[in-house]
Amino acid sequence: MIPAGLAAALILALTLAPLAAVGSRAEAGAGLGAGDWAAIRFTVWQAVVSAVVSVGLAVPVARALARRRFRGRGALVMLLGAPFLLPVIVAVLGLLAVFGRGGLLNAGIVALGGAPVSIYGAGGVILAHVFFNLPLAVRILLQGWLDIPAERFRLAAQLDAPIWSLLERPMLARVVPGAALVIFLICLTSFAVALTLGGGPRATTVELAIYQAIRFDFDLGRAALLALVQVALCVVAAVLAFRLTVIEPVGSGLDRTVARWDKSPWDWLWLAAVSLFLIAPLAMVVWRGIPGLADLPSSVWAASGRSIAVALGATVLSLALSFALALRGGIWMQGIGVLPLASSALVMGTGLFVMVYPFVNPTRLALAVTLAVNAVLALPFGLRVLAPAVRDVREGYGRLAASLGLTGWAGVRIVMLPRLRRPLGFAAGLTFALSMGDLGVIALFATDAQETLPLAMYRLMGAYRMEAAAGAALLLLALSLGGFWICDRGGRIDADL
Amino acid sequence: MLTFDDVTLSQGAFTLRADWQVAPGLTAVIGPSGGGKSTLLSAVAGFLTPTRGRILWKGQDLAGQAPGGRPVSMLFQDNNLFPHLTTSQNAGLALGPRLKLNDDEAARVEEALSRVGLTGLGGRKPGALSGGQQGRAALARVLLSDRPVVLLDEAFAALGPALRVEMLALVQTTLVAAGRTVLMVTHDPRDAKEHAQTVVLVADGVAHPPRDTAEIFADPPEALRAYLG
Repeated sequence: MIPAGLAAALILALTLAPLAAVGSRAEAGAGLGAGDWAAIRFTVWQAVVSAVVSVGLAVPVARALARRRFRGRGALVMLLGAPFLLPVIVAVLGLLAVFGRGGLLNAGIVALGGAPVSIYGAGGVILAHVFFNLPLAVRILLQGWLDIPAERFRLAAQLDAPIWSLLERPMLARVVPGAALVIFLICLTSFAVALTLGGGPRATTVELAIYQAIRFDFDLGRAALLALVQVALCVVAAVLAFRLTVIEPVGSGLDRTVARWDKSPWDWLWLAAVSLFLIAPLAMVVWRGIPGLADLPSSVWAASGRSIAVALGATVLSLALSFALALRGGIWMQGIGVLPLASSALVMGTGLFVMVYPFVNPTRLALAVTLAVNAVLALPFGLRVLAPAVRDVREGYGRLAASLGLTGWAGVRIVMLPRLRRPLGFAAGLTFALSMGDLGVIALFATDAQETLPLAMYRLMGAYRMEAAAGAALLLLALSLGGFWICDRGGRIDADL
Repeated sequence: MLTFDDVTLSQGAFTLRADWQVAPGLTAVIGPSGGGKSTLLSAVAGFLTPTRGRILWKGQDLAGQAPGGRPVSMLFQDNNLFPHLTTSQNAGLALGPRLKLNDDEAARVEEALSRVGLTGLGGRKPGALSGGQQGRAALARVLLSDRPVVLLDEAFAALGPALRVEMLALVQTTLVAAGRTVLMVTHDPRDAKEHAQTVVLVADGVAHPPRDTAEIFADPPEALRAYLG
């Protein structure tokens, strides 16, 4: 148990101190070069395109899910939640296996006599972003559809009124801007996708430019300036998004359908297409990974151990912080809880790099910094899960607990913790998976001695050891999803609700 | 004696006044819904601070005492048991904020459970008890606590008529027999008529002084007549 004040101070320190460090170090005089401006333009452009494409495709898919009942619908809805838990680098490898040079798509094109297409560059970055965010968009829009009362569909059917213009278009007008902004925000801070599929003058994001400024040019002043640009972008988008919507990482209650009398056979096509789009890359990761498992260098196993340790540490820290904030509640705690959304892995990493550089070699702190940054960046999601759950327990049992004198630590131990097992388990699983798959700040700091599993996998890919990389990808996938499953399951077993 | 000394309770624009004493025994609190019956009990339990006046127990002002520190046990309409604790643990919370009981305490819990007819069911969680058994388990906890004032805020409203009568009989034979001061909010005038010694009518912003049950129903005042219809 951490007191709320201490938790808030820790989060503020971890979010704002790096910003201050970045601000003090930024060399405004040096200015931004042509390449930096290109990175800024590309960052905004790709985020806009990714958001528009994701939401645009999500509309027919969500509508099909909202009005069709079929076997496997629950599994498909669950699959839509999976990309959130999926390590970016694993998904990239899967997308390469489908859309890459030696992938399924090009094999088909070549067999038909066409010229192979390249996944690298802006197209690949957007493809990966759509892969991650289309499911999120579908879930947000599906919630919008399910929020329309069933009676209205019945009424519209009776009156033979046009459902699209009467019910669906107004709902979408309300929900789409928020969904698009959330995805825009997520894509603004894209690092791992740009690192693996982008790069070069025409597909470098600001996050990637920060990384390159530190890692290749060792130009801390320019990195800091870029970090400030990144923060400005994030803050503007976050303020807009926060006013328009709530970010719901994995929603629930999406398992019902409303009886409808307007169904189009196109529904099935959309559902099949989105299923294939999501499943094919994952299936390829498993398919190509199994032979690679035998071929894994021992360094990968050591990296796995480090990754698990870092993810566990980040999970414990993040949960302790978000639990403390959720218990205290109130507008300030909420505000502090969403503050990390305005920052990013590379911004925090740069700030911490600048802070520790005069005293120690930053590479020695690689794992500790990764742990702290992951814990703070996952905090908004954990808090989103815990805060409403704490409120529910208070509403249901607050007076009983008070009349029995169960206050303070006794109340937490006897009432809160046992009542919150499910959301705690879920939040822990979420944080573990996010941290396990993180390829952000670790890339900035680590040398071989501290590499985590995602970084080890990235380096195997860079060395064109694709067999071993595929094995590492499967291992990473198993550890992320397995860790999530264990935590989530642990919260459910024997939980009396 | 539980004393309302020129008390005014306010919630927004709503106010409720009370200025009377109530003796040990079962007192029914009746009146139209929204009239302030629960508000009255909330103030005794310490969930609501009077804007004026004092609430006293045996001449001592309860102001400033936390809900858990008052000589008061309270049962609500629902959520009277923690679903993740066993029946024994739930009842044992009356003895202190802990889940591990020593042998002496465990024996006391077992005895209380058998007095409400739950012998041998202490190991079950509330989910494995019927609605009536859950009510009994909550009563066992109230029995175990040595707090002299008991507030029942429609505690048995969710039960069927037969079970409710059973619970009220149990309240008579256990809590009332032990000399506790029981205030019971109820929606059913028959509950009051058949079980309560005295009746407090809450209507039109006033909690009227308690009156003998037989007397008040024989010659109901205007407000009660309007409520009974």
